[in-house]
Amino acid sequence: MTTLLLAEHDNNRLDAQTANALTAAAGLGQPVHILVAGSGCAAVADAAAALGGVARVLLADDPRYADRAAEPLAALIVELASGYDAVVAAATSTGKDTLPRVAALLDVMQVSDIVTVESPDTFRRLIYAGNAIETVRATDAKKVITVRTSAFAAAPAGGSADIAAVTAAADPGLARVVEERTAKSDRPQLAAARVIVSGGRAFGSKEQFDALLNPLAEKLNAAIGASRAAVDAGYAANELQVGQTGKVVAPELYIACGISGAIQHLAGMKDSKVIVAINSDADAPIFALADYGLVGDIFQLLPELTEAL
Amino acid sequence: MKVLVAVKRVVDANLRVRVKRDGSGVELDNVKMAMNPFDEIALEEAIRLKEKGAATEIVAVSVGPAKAEDTLRQALAMGADRAILVQHDGRTEPLGVAKVLKALAAREAADLVLLGKQAIDDDSNQTGQMLAALMGRGQATFASEVEVSGTTLRVTREMDGGLRVVELALPAVVTVDLRLNTPRYASLPAIMKARSKPLAKVPADELGVDLAPRLEVLHTEEPPARKGGIMVGSVAELVDKLRTEAKVIR
Ligand SMILES: Cc1cc2nc3c(=O)[nH]c(=O)nc-3n(C[C@H](O)[C@H](O)[C@H](O)COP(=O)(O)OP(=O)(O)OC[C@H]3O[C@@H](n4cnc5c(N)ncnc54)[C@H](O)[C@@H]3O)c2cc1C
Ligand SMILES: Nc1ncnc2c1ncn2[C@@H]1O[C@H](COP(=O)(O)O)[C@@H](O)[C@H]1O
Repeated sequence: MTTLLLAEHDNNRLDAQTANALTAAAGLGQPVHILVAGSGCAAVADAAAALGGVARVLLADDPRYADRAAEPLAALIVELASGYDAVVAAATSTGKDTLPRVAALLDVMQVSDIVTVESPDTFRRLIYAGNAIETVRATDAKKVITVRTSAFAAAPAGGSADIAAVTAAADPGLARVVEERTAKSDRPQLAAARVIVSGGRAFGSKEQFDALLNPLAEKLNAAIGASRAAVDAGYAANELQVGQTGKVVAPELYIACGISGAIQHLAGMKDSKVIVAINSDADAPIFALADYGLVGDIFQLLPELTEAL
Repeated sequence: MKVLVAVKRVVDANLRVRVKRDGSGVELDNVKMAMNPFDEIALEEAIRLKEKGAATEIVAVSVGPAKAEDTLRQALAMGADRAILVQHDGRTEPLGVAKVLKALAAREAADLVLLGKQAIDDDSNQTGQMLAALMGRGQATFASEVEVSGTTLRVTREMDGGLRVVELALPAVVTVDLRLNTPRYASLPAIMKARSKPLAKVPADELGVDLAPRLEVLHTEEPPARKGGIMVGSVAELVDKLRTEAKVIR
């Protein structure tokens, strides 16, 4: 079983989620090769080569991969795929965008967002917003898999794999990135944060959302998350949405403030180690799974909490 | 511009599904079904494109059991012009559905295919990407804004780190995210009118597509229930518990 793992990166840095996906890839069997496709991304390849248990790094350094757009990236992976039994990626924007394209071109049914590897062809994944766990066997000879990285431990460092350059594949030239609106934030990334403070509809405005959560997040060195209702109302940026259709997180500590606990929200955070809920409604569903619940008004309690830390 | 919209019949998003005791799947008998919420958003976008004069005809497509006709009638009531039901009992998988949509997009000479980013039952998030690959066309997934000018599509996409704007040439495939629009409710007269709008039934064999699943579901189970914890009476008590009991803060 030879596995090709797609590295997640921004041309400068290897994203930490790659190490989690590597654990899943290694569970399929050895050896594992990592593909770093990007532009001016040699440092990323070095970082990938230093991950433990990687046999080789393939480096496709070419302007056509600068934005890791699905069309050219899938064309490259399909060209490389004949040498591999499995193609794996973290279920990030890039992974979710690209791998189904690869799968279709290989006539393979992808297994999305796996949470365990039971054997090289059998995996567990969540369906219905996490209300059921399915064990599936992939019957296609080749496997194409995306990984829920919060469900796998990060592979340790300590590798020294060779880095081999691979030539770029023909670019189908089907789409063009015209603008990136990347949010600049001093806060930790949601996917990597040890602590997350998350806000819901209760905040009432973006000003109040920021005024109450920023100082708290600062004290805890936490990432900020949000419910769909808070994002829809414009209190928080889209990429902060936690849930079935947003980001799935599993930090050490998740503090849900003014969030009711709809199943779609719980789907994104219920594997957090410790959950705290602060809500004025003692019957809010979030309390049913919170380790520590505090009934009361966020406008009073959050400043108090920030002060007490 | 002709627009194809893929709509899936799924368990109502407001319901909590139950896993069957024997582990053979989730309970679907006598459960309220509805159009996949993302597909309502996809359809709404198609209707808005038609209202703006950018789209000329909207064809709604579903792959599913005879009952999926209800979902298609809802699509017709919202504003689709025609519907196509590709009848299939049992589970559908993204790859099979993508093949069906490819065949229909070719047959209909569709310029744009709109899909949801994810079906809320299987949570796969694959079908649109697979369709674009099979068509050999560009894809814009997780769309929060769609503009058409001539044969160019400009789409704002929701990414992990923010927003990305892409341009692609038609024909193309777009999968929609939650923030694209708020779908309308069908009016009563529109629901009545939808009953007489054309709905064609096409067998999958006629399209030369094999819908047999490639993933074998071995077992379905409930996730381990998370035990509720305790209620604390004050911020001071909370901080104390987090420090000394849970040991997650210092
Ligand atoms: C297809 C689909 C996908 C979805 N995906 C997601 C997803 O990924 N993530 C997600 O979060 N949601 C998602 N949702 C939406 C989800 O169903 C809920 O609507 C949403 O999570 C509710 O957000 P909320 O808890 O902030 O708002 P509400 O449910 O309105 O809850 C607000 C809470 O604040 C409390 N409150 C009010 N005032 C105060 C106060 N002053 N102090 C303390 N507490 C107060 C209230 O008691 C209430 O419990 C999705 C829905 C659909 C249909
Ligand atoms: N059986 C189906 N019939 C019609 N459309 C479907 C079907 N399955 C998936 N789709 C479309 O593909 C999107 C993504 O589904 P999925 O890849 O299963 O998460 C859905 O939002 C629908 O637009």
